[in-house]
Amino acid sequence: MATPAQDRKIAAPAVTPDTQAFWEAAKQGTLLLKKCPKCKELHYYPRPHCPFCFHDQTEWVEARGTGVIYTFSVTRRAEIPYAFAYVTLDEGVTMMTNIVDCDLDAIRIGQKVKVVFKPTIDGPPVPMFAPL
Amino acid sequence: MSIKGKAYIAGVYEHPTRKAPDKTVAQLHAEVARGALKDAGLTKDDVDGYFCAGDAPGLGGFSMAEYMGLKLRHIDTTETGGSAYLVHVSHAAQAIATGKCSVALVTLAGRPRSERAGGLLSINFGPAPDAPFELPFAPVTANRYGVSAMRHMYQYRTTSEQLAWVKVAASHHAQYNPNAVLQDVVTVEDVVNSPMISDPLHRLDCCVVSDGGGAVIVVGPEVMKSLKKPRVKIMGAGEFPKHLNGGKMDLTVSGAAWSGPTAFTEAGVKPSDIKYASIYDSFTITVLITLEDLGFCKKGEGGKFVADGNLISGIGKLPFNTDGGGLCNNHPADRGGMTKIIEAVRQLRGEAHPKVQVKNCDLALAHGTGGSLGTRHGSATLIMERE
Repeated sequence: MATPAQDRKIAAPAVTPDTQAFWEAAKQGTLLLKKCPKCKELHYYPRPHCPFCFHDQTEWVEARGTGVIYTFSVTRRAEIPYAFAYVTLDEGVTMMTNIVDCDLDAIRIGQKVKVVFKPTIDGPPVPMFAPL
Repeated sequence: MSIKGKAYIAGVYEHPTRKAPDKTVAQLHAEVARGALKDAGLTKDDVDGYFCAGDAPGLGGFSMAEYMGLKLRHIDTTETGGSAYLVHVSHAAQAIATGKCSVALVTLAGRPRSERAGGLLSINFGPAPDAPFELPFAPVTANRYGVSAMRHMYQYRTTSEQLAWVKVAASHHAQYNPNAVLQDVVTVEDVVNSPMISDPLHRLDCCVVSDGGGAVIVVGPEVMKSLKKPRVKIMGAGEFPKHLNGGKMDLTVSGAAWSGPTAFTEAGVKPSDIKYASIYDSFTITVLITLEDLGFCKKGEGGKFVADGNLISGIGKLPFNTDGGGLCNNHPADRGGMTKIIEAVRQLRGEAHPKVQVKNCDLALAHGTGGSLGTRHGSATLIMERE
């Protein structure tokens, strides 16, 4: 039995000055990460301060947009079932997301996925992932 | 400096209600405070230190201090979600050891059963920096624990049947608790055949939703000498906030991996010395991961450890949550830390139900996990001894 993923209505994320570039890039279909020029570590979710060395001038870098499913949980007791998940990007950081455009019953940990941006109500699109 | 032997739990009280539509949250706080003071043999005027967390209405500690008419020298409103009350006992012991107060009152109360129409719990903590990067993906309590369970199953081949044993054990204990929300003994089959809420957690892998509350009184050695109750001494405590670490995390590990060793070292005991354990059981997976991280078994072997009734009092090696826990008895205010302390104290006093009372129970552990395993949580471990 298959459970096809369906689009949900998603409330717009709150855009703040320090994350505006992330959401502008999302509108262009690009996933941005933050990298620390001092300790060279990438982090997610994006912050002006590096959570590893506390340098205060982190820089935006473009992610390839591909990764693997680290873990997931298909939430079935919901109006529209959906796959809550974490994806580990090729760059090595793991981010909260949903797995979409697939059969929710066929999702597996370790599966390769690619970013797709899904629209929100009156806001920038948000990064979700579809199996490759 | 250590809190070992510096403070005692003199009074405990668990509100018998599980549904309180006609009472306010403040009223429930006051009722549990009265209950714990009576249990200790103390009065409100003896209290000079007060501890509460996010469930306290209004401006938390100040609003409740005014409502109850407390005259305080010390106040602490540390908020770590459902584990806060374990942290409070530790902080109360610290405050008593340093002379900041002599009789500490800790209260918890809430009415989620009366106030929530149903559905999955979605906590909005306000304009958190993570919110724009998380809320669009619809995190709810069940899926934020589901992702940890799923990863644990993937990494360690843990099964739904093994997780179910945690609920089965809790239900064996709850049958003797007339106040428990769920009093029927369930089987592994009952759990794995109950409706799926959020993979891999079934309805019976989840704790109950209940109104109510509880309170604890912590005192120093001098005050304890003047009281009649059995002496439950605080031996050690640990706390640890675990988070997503900038996207470099392991969701199969909880903060217990840090709070546990801190508490065991302070108490000078090891997991195999513990006769009874209260383990926060928001979900079955919470117990399994916590037991591994506290060192009751090796990492990844929690599934085998909890199976075949190993957590059932009188049958298994580690009796746990003999009141039925959050899984069957009570999860007041969606915060299970307080009831964990209370049942551990009952066990140490020999006041648990005779059917579940652990023989010669002289050393017990209580552990809380506030927040969620799949995002960020506060872990707190408390070790207590019957003196």
